Amino acid sequence: MTDLLAARSQMAMSLAFHIVFACVGMAMPLLMVIAEGMWLKTRDPGWLELAKRWSKGTAILFAVGAVSGTVLSFELGLLWPHFMAAAGPVIGMPFSLEGFAFFLEAIFLGVYLYGWQRVPPLAHLLSGVGVLLSGVASGVFVVAANAWMNTPQGFRVAEDGTWTDLDPWVAMFNPAFPTQALHMVLAAFVSVGFAVAAIHALMLLRQPGHPFHRRGLAVALAVGGITAFLQPISGDLSAKHLAEHQPVKLAAAEAHWETEAGAPLRLGGWPDEEAEETHYSLEIPYALSILAFSDPDAVVKGLKEVPPEDRPPVAITHVAFQIMVGCGVAMMGVALLAAFLTWRRKALPQDPRFLKLLVASGPLGFIALEAGWVVTEVGRQPWVVRGYLRTADAVTPMPGLVVPFLVFSLLYIVLAVTVFVLLRRHVFAVPPHRPPLSSGEAGLGT
Amino acid sequence: MAPEPVLSGVLAVAQAGESLWPGLVAAVMVLALVVYVATGGADFGGGVWDLLASGPRKAAQRRAVARALAPVWEANHVWLIVVVVLLFVCFPTGFAALSTALHIPLTLMLIGIVLRGAAFVFRAYDPVNTDETRGPWRLVFAIASAVTPVMLGICLGALATDSLPLDPATGLVQTDFVSAWAAPFPLAVGLLTLVLCAFLAAVYLAAEAASAGKEALHEDFRRRALATGLVLAPVAFGTLALASREAPRLTESLIHGPLALPVHLLAAAAALGALLALWRRRWRLAQVLAIAQSSAVVAGFGLAQWPLLVGPDLSFPGTAAPDHVLRAVLGVLGLGAIPLVPAFWWLYAVFKGEAREREAGEAEAGPR
Repeated sequence: MTDLLAARSQMAMSLAFHIVFACVGMAMPLLMVIAEGMWLKTRDPGWLELAKRWSKGTAILFAVGAVSGTVLSFELGLLWPHFMAAAGPVIGMPFSLEGFAFFLEAIFLGVYLYGWQRVPPLAHLLSGVGVLLSGVASGVFVVAANAWMNTPQGFRVAEDGTWTDLDPWVAMFNPAFPTQALHMVLAAFVSVGFAVAAIHALMLLRQPGHPFHRRGLAVALAVGGITAFLQPISGDLSAKHLAEHQPVKLAAAEAHWETEAGAPLRLGGWPDEEAEETHYSLEIPYALSILAFSDPDAVVKGLKEVPPEDRPPVAITHVAFQIMVGCGVAMMGVALLAAFLTWRRKALPQDPRFLKLLVASGPLGFIALEAGWVVTEVGRQPWVVRGYLRTADAVTPMPGLVVPFLVFSLLYIVLAVTVFVLLRRHVFAVPPHRPPLSSGEAGLGT
Repeated sequence: MAPEPVLSGVLAVAQAGESLWPGLVAAVMVLALVVYVATGGADFGGGVWDLLASGPRKAAQRRAVARALAPVWEANHVWLIVVVVLLFVCFPTGFAALSTALHIPLTLMLIGIVLRGAAFVFRAYDPVNTDETRGPWRLVFAIASAVTPVMLGICLGALATDSLPLDPATGLVQTDFVSAWAAPFPLAVGLLTLVLCAFLAAVYLAAEAASAGKEALHEDFRRRALATGLVLAPVAFGTLALASREAPRLTESLIHGPLALPVHLLAAAAALGALLALWRRRWRLAQVLAIAQSSAVVAGFGLAQWPLLVGPDLSFPGTAAPDHVLRAVLGVLGLGAIPLVPAFWWLYAVFKGEAREREAGEAEAGPR
C-alpha cells in the first residue's frame, strides 16, 4: 500500500464512519422533540418515555460523532497539509461557523440529556430544538466546505502559484453548496428515519401492538417517509447542478463516455475504462439529456472531454451512483406504500408483511448515504480541489501512513461493535408491557 | 524572517509597524486554550482521579468524576476544536508544518480523545452493566484521560524548542517526525500539563463534593488537590530548568519579556493562594485561584512563544492569512460569541450552580 493510498483510505474510512454519527446528531433531535412535544401536548407519559429512551441512544451516538469529528478536523492537516496550507483561509468561513454551531449543539445536548429535572419543561423542549437547529447548521456548514472542493471559487492563482485575492464569502457560497447541503440534510433524516423505523418494526413483529414501539414507528416513519419523498426532487436539482458545473463527475456517475445530444440514461452496466465504453447497461433513450437539462436534445458532455489522467475512477463512481439511486427509489416506494396504507386504513398499518418490508428497508438510507459520498468524493478525483490541486500533491511527506490507517480502522471497528451491542441492549431494555414511569428514570445514565 | 526573541505581546508587533490582526487572532487562540485547559483539561484530570481512585470511597470517587463530567465534557471539548480551526484558517502554513512534524504525538492525542469520549458514554449508558465504577471501558476512559493531556503538552513543548526549521530549498518543514518531540523538554511539558489538569480536577471535585455536603468525599479530593498542588511546583521548576537548555528562546522571553514578571507573580500568588484556600476549605476561592493559576501558566506560555508558531522560522505573523480574512474570521467570532457565551454560561449555571449540588447531594444520599 502506498502512502497516498493509505492516506486516502484513512480519510475515506474516517469520513464514512463519522458521517453515520453526524447524521444521527442531525436527525435524532427532531424525533426526540416530536415525542417530547407530544408529551407536553397530551401529557401521556408514553411519549415522555419514548423521548427519554431515544435520548439515551442518541447520547452514545452523538459522543462517538463528536470525537470522530475531532479526528477529521486534525486529519485535514495530518494527512493533507499541502491542501490545508493553500485552502485553509479560503474555506475558513464555513469551518469557523461550523465550530460555533457544533459548540451550541454540544451545549444544548448537555442540557437536553441531563437537564430533565433541572430546567422547566418548555426550556427543555427548546434545548432539544436548539440541538436540532445547531446540528443541521453544523452539517450545512461542513458541506459548504466540501462543496467548495467540488466547485472552488473565491481566489485567484498568481503567477508564482500562490493563491491570492481570497474572498472567503464568495468561496463559501459556491455553486455546489445549495444543492449539496439540501441533499445531505434530507439524507440524514431519510436514513435515520428508516433505520429507527426498522428497529421499532422489528420489535413490533416480536411484540405485536406494543404501544411504545407503535409510537416510535409512527414518528420515525413520518420523518423518514416525508424526506424520502422529497429526496428525489433534491437529487434532480443535484443532477442539473452537476451537468452545468461538474460535468466530469456526472459523466462518471452515468458511465457516459461520448459527448452527445439526446444522451441515454444507463441503468446498471460495467464501465470498461480501457476500452472507454460501458457494457451490459440498459439504455433509456434521451433520458440523461432530460434529467440533466430538461431537454431531450440537450448535449451532455462525456468522459472523453478530459484526458484519462483527469478522470475519476469511473466504475466505482458509476456503481456507487446506481446503488444510491436504487436505494432512494426503493425508499420512496416504501414511503408511498406506507402513506397509501395509512390513508386506506386511517391508522398506521400493523400488517406483519408491511413490518417486514420496513425492517428490510432499514439499512437502505445509510447505504444510500455512504454510496452518495463515494459518488461526490471519488467522482471528484484525481482532484482534492477540482481543477486546482491534485490529491497526490496534497498528501503529507510522513512515511509509513499504513500504520495510522490500520490503527484507526481497528479503533473504529471496536467502537462500531460496541455501539451496536449497547444500542441493542437499549432496544431490549424496553419493558414488554408499558410500565408506569418510574420517578428515578432521569437519573439513569448519570 | 528572524523574529527578535525578546519581542512579546501584541504591542511589540504594533510598534514594529506590522499588522495587528495576527496578534489578535493568536490572542483569541490563547484565550480559547486557557478556557480549554480550565474546563476540558479538568475533565481529563477527572479521568486521572478515576484511574487513581483508592481507599474506602473508591466507587464514590469514581461516581463523583462521572457526574461532574457528564453534562459538560462535550461542550468543553469544543474549545480545542476552536483552537484548531483558528489555527488552520488563520495560520494555514504554520498548521501544515506542525501537523506534518508532530504527526505522531497528534495522532496519539486523537486516539486518546476518541477513546476517552467513547469509553465515557459506553460505561455511562450501558443498560445491562449499570455500575459505572467498574468494567473495561472505565479503565479505558481513565487511561485515555491520562494520556491525552500528556500528548497535548508534548506538542506544545515541541513547538517551543525551535527544532523545526524550514528547508530553504523546498520551503517545507525539516523533520524526522520524532526528535522534535521525543525530547526531555516536550516530555516535561507533557507531564506538567497532566499534573495541572489533575490539580484543577481535584480542586473542582473537592468543591463539588463540599457543596453537595459529602464531607468524607471532599476530604478525599482535598488531600489529592493539596498533594498535586505541591507536586506541581517541582514539576514546573524542572520544566523551566530543561527549557533553559532545550528552549533558550522561550526561557529568554519567560525571563525578560515585558509581561513576564506580572504573569509569573500572578501564577505564583494564585498557586500559593489556591493551596491556602484548600487548606482552609474555602472551596469556591480555591477553584477561582486554581483557574487563575492554570490560566497564568497557559497565557504565560503563549506570550513567551509569541511571535513564533513553529520555531525557528515560522511565526504567527509570517504564516498568517491575509488581513481581510483574519478580520472576517474575527467578525464571525464576535457574532458567534453572542449566542455562545450566554449558552455556555447557562450550561454551567444549570449543572454547576449551588442548587444543583444540594439536589444531587440529596439524591446521592439515598440508596443507590
